[in-house]
Order: sequence, then C-alpha cells, then structure tokens
Amino acid sequence: MKLSTNFVKDYVDIDVDVKTLAEDMTRVGNEYDSAGKLINATKLIVGEVKECTMHPDSDHLHVCKVDIGNQILNIVCGAPNVRKGLKVIVAQVGAELPEIKIKKGNIRGVESEGMLCSIAELGLENKFLKEADKNGIHELPQAAEVGEDPIKILELDDEVIDFDLTANRGDLLSILGMAYEIGAIYDKPVKTVEMSYKENDTNINDIFKLDIQTENCTIFLAKKVNNVKIKESPTFIKNRLIASGIRPINNVVDISNYVMLEFGQPLHFYDADTLNGMLAVRMAKEGEKLTTLDNIERTLGEDDIVISDGKRAIGLAGVMGGLDTEIQPSTKNIVIEAAIFNPVKIRYTSKKILRSEASNRFEKGIDSNRTYMAIQRACHLLEKYADAEIVGGLAKYDTTDRTDKKIDITFDNINEILGIDVPQKDVLDVFRRLGFNSNVNGNTITVEVPKRRLDISIKEDLIEEVGRIYGVDNIIGKLPVLPVKPGSYDKTTRSIRNKMVDLGLNETLSYILVNEKEAKEFTNDNIEILKLLDPMTEERNTLRYSVLPSLYKIYEYNIAHNVKDVSIFEIGKGFGKKEDEYIEENKIAVLMSGLYYTEIGNRKQVNFYVIKGVVEELLDYLGYAGRYSLVVKEEIPKEMHPYQSAQISLNNNIIGIIGKVHPAKAKEDVFVFEINLDKLLSKKVGGMKYKEISKYPEIKKDLAILVDKNKTSQEIQTTIKKLGGSLLNNIEIFDVYTGKNIDADKKSMAYSLTFAAKDKTLTDDEVNPIMEKIITGLQKQLGAELRK
Amino acid sequence: MKQQIENLQKKAKEEILSSTTLEKLDEARVKYLGKKGELTLVLRKMGELSPEERPIIGSLVNKVRDELENLISNRLEELRKEELNNKLEKEKIDITLPGIKLKRGSKHPVNRIIEELEDLFVSMGYDVVSGPELETDEYCFERLNLPKGHPARDMQDSFYITTEYLLRTQTSAVQARVMMENEEKTPIRVICPGKTYRRDDDATHSHQFGQIEGLLIDKNISLADLKGTLEVFVKKMLGQNSKLRFRPSYFPFTEPSYEVDVSCFKCGGKGCNLCKQTGWIEILGSGMVHPNVLKMNGYDPEIYSGFAFGTGLDRLAMFKYGITDIRLLYTNDVRFLNQFDRKDEENEIKY
Repeated sequence: MKLSTNFVKDYVDIDVDVKTLAEDMTRVGNEYDSAGKLINATKLIVGEVKECTMHPDSDHLHVCKVDIGNQILNIVCGAPNVRKGLKVIVAQVGAELPEIKIKKGNIRGVESEGMLCSIAELGLENKFLKEADKNGIHELPQAAEVGEDPIKILELDDEVIDFDLTANRGDLLSILGMAYEIGAIYDKPVKTVEMSYKENDTNINDIFKLDIQTENCTIFLAKKVNNVKIKESPTFIKNRLIASGIRPINNVVDISNYVMLEFGQPLHFYDADTLNGMLAVRMAKEGEKLTTLDNIERTLGEDDIVISDGKRAIGLAGVMGGLDTEIQPSTKNIVIEAAIFNPVKIRYTSKKILRSEASNRFEKGIDSNRTYMAIQRACHLLEKYADAEIVGGLAKYDTTDRTDKKIDITFDNINEILGIDVPQKDVLDVFRRLGFNSNVNGNTITVEVPKRRLDISIKEDLIEEVGRIYGVDNIIGKLPVLPVKPGSYDKTTRSIRNKMVDLGLNETLSYILVNEKEAKEFTNDNIEILKLLDPMTEERNTLRYSVLPSLYKIYEYNIAHNVKDVSIFEIGKGFGKKEDEYIEENKIAVLMSGLYYTEIGNRKQVNFYVIKGVVEELLDYLGYAGRYSLVVKEEIPKEMHPYQSAQISLNNNIIGIIGKVHPAKAKEDVFVFEINLDKLLSKKVGGMKYKEISKYPEIKKDLAILVDKNKTSQEIQTTIKKLGGSLLNNIEIFDVYTGKNIDADKKSMAYSLTFAAKDKTLTDDEVNPIMEKIITGLQKQLGAELRK
Repeated sequence: MKQQIENLQKKAKEEILSSTTLEKLDEARVKYLGKKGELTLVLRKMGELSPEERPIIGSLVNKVRDELENLISNRLEELRKEELNNKLEKEKIDITLPGIKLKRGSKHPVNRIIEELEDLFVSMGYDVVSGPELETDEYCFERLNLPKGHPARDMQDSFYITTEYLLRTQTSAVQARVMMENEEKTPIRVICPGKTYRRDDDATHSHQFGQIEGLLIDKNISLADLKGTLEVFVKKMLGQNSKLRFRPSYFPFTEPSYEVDVSCFKCGGKGCNLCKQTGWIEILGSGMVHPNVLKMNGYDPEIYSGFAFGTGLDRLAMFKYGITDIRLLYTNDVRFLNQFDRKDEENEIKY
C-alpha cells in the first residue's frame, strides 16, 4: 500500500517528516519498503525561455537563454517543443535527478548551464505520463512565476511511504484506516469526510432491481447517477492517484479509484444504459464465458462469483468488470456498485485471473459500514467534479451486522500476557487513542471495538493493541521460572555425524527435490515416487527416494569445478509411497571418489575396500559388529557396477547398498553406499560391557593357501573358524595374491591365526594338531592347497 | 724412575685425549696399560728398587694408572657419544616438509548452527523434537489457525503433492504435533530444527531452507519470558553486544505477534549495506501462542499460556560465518565445505 502523505493529511493533522512517520509506523507493526518524496529531484526552478535559436552545429538542438529570476542561463535543449516564451522546469547545475546529475557542460561547442526537464526525467513512471509529456519537455502554465518551485506548481510535492502490510490489517488498505492508525500514534483525532449531495425526485428502486442469489455476497448497494460529464480529473485527484500507484483515466473512473483509496471499499461503475435495469449476483456456471475489460475471454467455473444483468454475466465480482458495460468517454448515466464478496472466493478467482487493488481489499475483508460511506462519498464527488445528477434512493441488499464488537478484558489479563504492570490509565489511554470506547467496571474493561478493525475479535487481540501502542520496549525480558529438568536431543544422529566427520568426510546439505529420472536412480525398491502438483521447474519436480542422486549431483558439480577428491556424506530423508502409505525414511548416504588421504609418496585412492571400511567403521561403532555382511541377494541397480556392488545385510535384512557407480555413468571411479537408518536403528544393540583380557600368552600361526579364484574370503574364514574350535581366537587376512607363479584360475590367500586359552598357557603341542585339522579340512572342503 | 713415570704419564695423557676414534683410544690403552704396556713394564721393574723407594714409586704408579684408566673411560664415553651423533646426523630430515594429510571431515555450516542451538536449548531444559517433512495441510496450516483460503497463506506458497499433503512450509507444523501427541496435556518445552520448503527461489531465497521453531507452554508464561529467552538465544548466536528490537507483527498462530530485529552486527547499528542503512536486521518471528491454537490442540487457554518463535537457520549460518550467497549452502562445493573443519570460538553464555 502506497500512502500519499498529502492524502492522509486531509483526515489527520500531523507535522512529522516522512522518515519519522515511516519509522513510527514500523514500531507499531506496519513495516515499509521505502519512504521519501514522490519527486526525488533537487535544484529545480521555474524558468522562462527568453531566446531560442538553433545550435550552430546541430540540426535538432536549440540554444536557449532561460530567465530563472536572478540570472539568465545559457542552456542547450534537444526537445522539439522548446520555443521562446515557454515556462519550463529548469534543473540547475548541481541538480540531482533520479537518473542523472546535472553538471556544467559543453555541447558541441556551446556552453550549457543546466537542463530543461520533461516529467519523465523527474522520475514519474511512463504509465502516468500524458502523450505530450512523452515526447518533450514539460510546458508549465503561463501563470507559473519565474523562480518558483515547479514541483509545487505541479502539485507533485507529495511524500510517499510504500507499506508492506500484514495480512490481518485490511483496514489499513485505506486512507481513513491509515488516519486512525497515525492518529493513535500521535494522539490526534480523525476528521470527518464530506459526503453530502442533492438527489432528484426519482427513486432507484422504482427503476432498478437487485437479485442476489448467493450467500457469497453479503452486502450489495447500488446508486444511479445521471448526466455525468466525462473529462480530466482535477489535479489533486490525479496526483493522489499517481502517488498511490494508480493511473488517472478520467474524472469518473478516477473517482471510483479515489473513493476506494479513501475507504478501502472497491466500487464498480457500470454504464447504466448497457444494463437491463437490474444487477444480479450468482455463481458462474461451469464453462461459462465472459470477456473482461482487458478484452480477454475468460472461462469460468462454479467457484467464481459473477455479476449479471439478468441475461448474461457482465463482470467477475470483486476481480474485474466486463468489457460490454464499461464506462466509455460517451457514457452519460452510471450505476454504482458497492458490495462485499466472500474473501475466500475472491482469492480463488483473483489468483487465477488477476490480483488487483480491488481483489486485494476484498480478500482481506471490508467493514460494511464503509460500503455505505463509499457509495455516498462517490455521489458527492461525482456531483462536484462530474456534474452528476444523483437519482434518489438506494438499491440495497444487506445481511451484515454493522454494530461494534464488545470485548471484556481485565487489567490482569493484559499484565499476565505482557509480563509487566501497565498503569490502568495508560491502558485506557491506548483504547481512547485507537478510537475504542471503554467502560471500566471493577477490574473489567468493556471495550467497544469499531467494526473497521476486523482483525480484533478476542481479548488477546486487545492485549496486542495495548502492547503495540504502549510500546513493547517497556517490557523487560526475563527467563521463565520453570522446574529444572534435563533437556534431550537425538544423540544417535549426532554420533553418526561425528563419526563420519572423524572418518574424513564432508557433510553436505542437498535439495530433496530432484527430477523424475533421478528419483528412480540407485534403487530397485518397489516404490511409487512422489511428484509435486505444481513444481517450479522440471528439474525439481519429484521428491527423492534415495539420497544418492542428490549426492551424485553434488559430485558432478565438484567435478565440473575441477574438484576431484570428493568424500561426502549426508543424513537426510527419502520419500515415496508404498501400499497406499506415504513413507519418509531417514537415510545416510556416502559418496567417495579421488584421493582419500595423501602423504609424500603415498596417495591413497578411494577403492571399494576404502568405502567398505567406512561402512564397517560406522556399523561397528554403532554396536553392530559381527551382525552384518555384504550379500548379492537382489538385482544391482543399473547405475551401479554389476560386479563391484552389493547389498548390506544386517541380521538377514537388507538395510542398504554399497558399490561402485557404473562406469557408463561415471568416468572416474566413484563409490557410494546408502543405509536406511530407520531400518538399521530399529535393531537393538546391547550395552557396552568389558570383556576380560586373557592373562596367558597367545600363539600366532600363519597359513597361506591356494584356492579357486571364485572362492570368497568369507567362505574361507567361516571354514577356518569352524575347524579351529574354541581355542582359535582371531583370524586375520594379510595377503591376497594372483599373478606370477600362480595358476590363472587360482589365488593365494594368507591368514594369521591367533590361538589362546582363558585358563592356561598354550603349547605348540596343543596348537599344531588344530592347524593340521584346519589344513586338512580346507583341502577337503574347499579344495585348497597349502603353500609352502 | 719417578721422572720416567711422570714422563710416561704426560705422554699417555696426551695420547688418550687426542685419540679421535675408538680404535685409537684402544691402541693407547694397550700401549700404556696393557699386559705389555709401558706402565705395566714399569711396575715389573719395581723389584729393582730399594725397599725405601718401593712404596713411594708403587703408590705413584697406582695413582697414574687410576688416572689414565679414568681418562680412558671418559674419553670412551665421549667418543661413543660423538659416534652416535654422527650416525644420527646422517638421519637428518627436512622438518619443513608437510605432515601426513589425515583427512579431516567437516560438518555442514547449517548443521553446526543446529547443534549449537540444540546444546543451548537443551541446557535450558528444552527437548529437541522433529516431525515429518511431508506434512498434512491440517498440521501445517489448519491446526495453526490458518484455515483454507486464509490470506496469510500467501506468505507461504507451497509445494503440494496432493490436495492434502505438502512439503511443510514451516517447522511450526511440529507445534501442533507436539501438542496433540502430549495426551496428558502437560507443559511443553521443545525446539524443532528442520528443513522447510516454499515455492520461492532467488538470490536471497532458496526453495528449501532450514528453520528452527521453539515452543514453550506452561502456566503464567508472558511476553517478558519470550523476550528474555530470545535475548539469550540471539546473544549466544550473534554476540553478547547484540541488542533486540521487538516489532508488533502478525502471524495467525500467535497473538500478540512480534518480529524481532537484532542490532546490525556488521556496523553496530550505525547503518551499512547489510542492514540496508537501518541499523537493524530482521531475524525472528515470535509471539504468544494464539488461544485458538491452544484450544484446537487440546490445551485450555484459561490455564495455559505459552510462546513460540521461529527463525531461518540458513540466515543464521550466513551471518555467523560471513557467507554472502545462500546458494553456497546448497551447491556443496568441497572447497566450501572444507572450510568448516575447525571448532567454533567459544561464546560464553550469560544468562
């Protein structure tokens, strides 16, 4: 809402500069985006062109002698309409205009001491300019005196605050509402509005009918005026519309906008001779067509409210009028509509079609007292500025309650919520300044809240008013006095994050919205992916199910920026739908590529076993040691290497995947894993308990065998473990070798076995037979061959 | 004889002290003190002496021998040390070469802020809670006094996946969940950090962003309690010298509602480009829980009152670490992430 301070000063006497007013309004809850002069230009003065000759070195420039009172300036001007005798706006040397700073200059050999200005150069938007002003300098009236301030003569000496109002304060979308608010701040009364006019002997109700068919219209008033003279508006009306951001058209249209600005009640003017002697309000029929005044044919639906003349739809209620019944330069007789429509319906329709000054006000709600005032004020102005003859009577449909609300509140209520003791007289003073009547009875105050304050309906709203006007700065902060109790947070997630950071990974934060193709990547789970109804872009129209597509995108970003060593993780959510249930699961995803660590002469490149180590480190840390393994039970997702990938299984449940990204997708070696944290953490782990360390020395034995290439390390270890019995404490693999001296279909595996007993020192005599048993067993069961 | 011994002593001393290797020293030892050594030979000649001279010369020889043995063992010690040193010197390394690059990971700046806030509020007895990001219209809006068609919904243009389900636009959705799930309707003290989503994307807004919500419901809670709590919060995050300004505002789920500005930490309130010359930076939305919200979620507003507040985590992270473009938080350039690998400076909390 752009507030013209000249406009509001019609209704409240204030004498503060625009910045102070804006700041003071902010302190009571009304933020602003900008505050300043309507015309932001300095050193302007009225001048008279005394001489005007062609520039000796140009075919379009003129050299002018311009009288500004105390001196004659030499100014070069390029405007086609400059001529001797013209009264002009002169920007003197040193003047600052919105786009340009005026300096003494030399234009093609002729000295120029200033600039003759057009209105556009003063900063008015193009839409506010008249045709003549678009093509040349502004021609001031001859009555303008040399040396005066041209902005004053143009009556553009206004100051404007552009407010960014909160959604509850529909009442401030009007000059009067602003006057009440400003009046409350500075303790000034609001003046009355001139609304008188004469009526002729006819009664509208004899010649015109209303037919309101929907409860989505709560009040509908109509007045008829005859014989209007359509012409240009008086300057003050035009300039106040311009300051408020509305383009002046003609006196009649301008008056409807002027009154809307004053009261916050949008009006609609119909050319009475295009109507059928009536106005009806109803819901549109599905598929009904209407050409709005912007000459676009709209297709309507059952949720749109339309105005009709009994035969056809002639307007979209509260949003935009129809083309056929619009005011024309030739219009003589007018029907004025002042109505209120269901804000929710207006919001629905205007979101589809157009957010306008009118729809914005209907959406926020309007006091129906204003409906009556606005229609009277319009008649007053039409009589005064368009020579209108006002037809008697008022066509009226009104279901609204126009009485003030009464709210009971106690002084204690106020102090308990604000946390301070506001003196009783100050509380009552706030209500008085706001224009609310109040009656005190003991501790209870009965406050009569004028209908215009639609935002106030319960006592908490009144408490806010007291806080607002009395001043929140008067409240001293304290900490609540509450029983001491320990707070809690999700320690597991934080432990996981700490662990991953310890392992050298960078945590990322990625978007959960991906494109549809990405949402299906890195998983074969039977999941319905979720798409947005109204996405901003196709690139982000789907909720991710796996976090890996997000991480892979980050990897690609880094590679594109020549960052090749990427070891990242993210704890985030994956979404989907399964058997009609929405799922939202916590996941941890890791992506590693490039170098993992470096020292001189040793650069550790990430490979499968590095990322597998990260998985093991994480799961062991969380207490799952010995309960998980890598398996290939399900199909590997097509984005992953078919022979370097696996599922992560915990107690025979698949909880995640691990592996290399398919070389067809990633040029470099990229490894990933993802674990469903909800599935993982649902498996309980026991507490951490100390296990006794054997007092007796251990015996270590090394064992190297040749086995078939396809035998897995896990098979061999399980076999050794079974054969080793209870004295075999630990098995560690320390070498895998293929190549020279080994058959192509074989590999050499070397293990270090540790034997120990809890109650005695073992001897070789006890261990050697076990080793024999292991070797024979391996030979028999796995076809292994002992390497000497 | 005496003279002969003294000459011998002098010569041997010189030889011992001037020997530069273990071999030379051993040669000297053998030469003078060995079985056929010069001093040993002198002792052998003792028989030729008179009984009067014998004890005098005998004690002299013993003294000289002790002295030489001492010298030898000292010199031996010295030479060994030297030898070790020479050996160590050959092991000299370039200590200026870099150490092994043990990879240091890092936490994302937004999560660092979350952890810092969690620690602060947990220390004041708050529980950290979370809720779904795929939320229902009911919990995201309706239970927060924002019925369908409410104009305030404009502030939060949403991503719906059906007419009922949407990505939550605010962590406030968790407020209603916490209240509804607390069946005994006992006091509540929670914070809820998390991700939120709005149809909005430009240089200062991201369609996904972090928010933290605080909710306290108890008996006799006032605006002064809210003010005090937010003072602790803001001072912890943005510095002890921060000043707060409460500006009346409007949120459908609180009444009264306030926006909170903090004095500009860049210019100290004088006015700069960060605070757009106003000296203040808008940082929080807050207010007293609206009685309708209490009622709708099963709390009696005649018994309970409470406050709620919410703020953007991305902005807090940007302020704290001097990040100028919100997009940096979501592009996850490793060179950016690597910078968050050290501890924060301690900021002492003053209640």
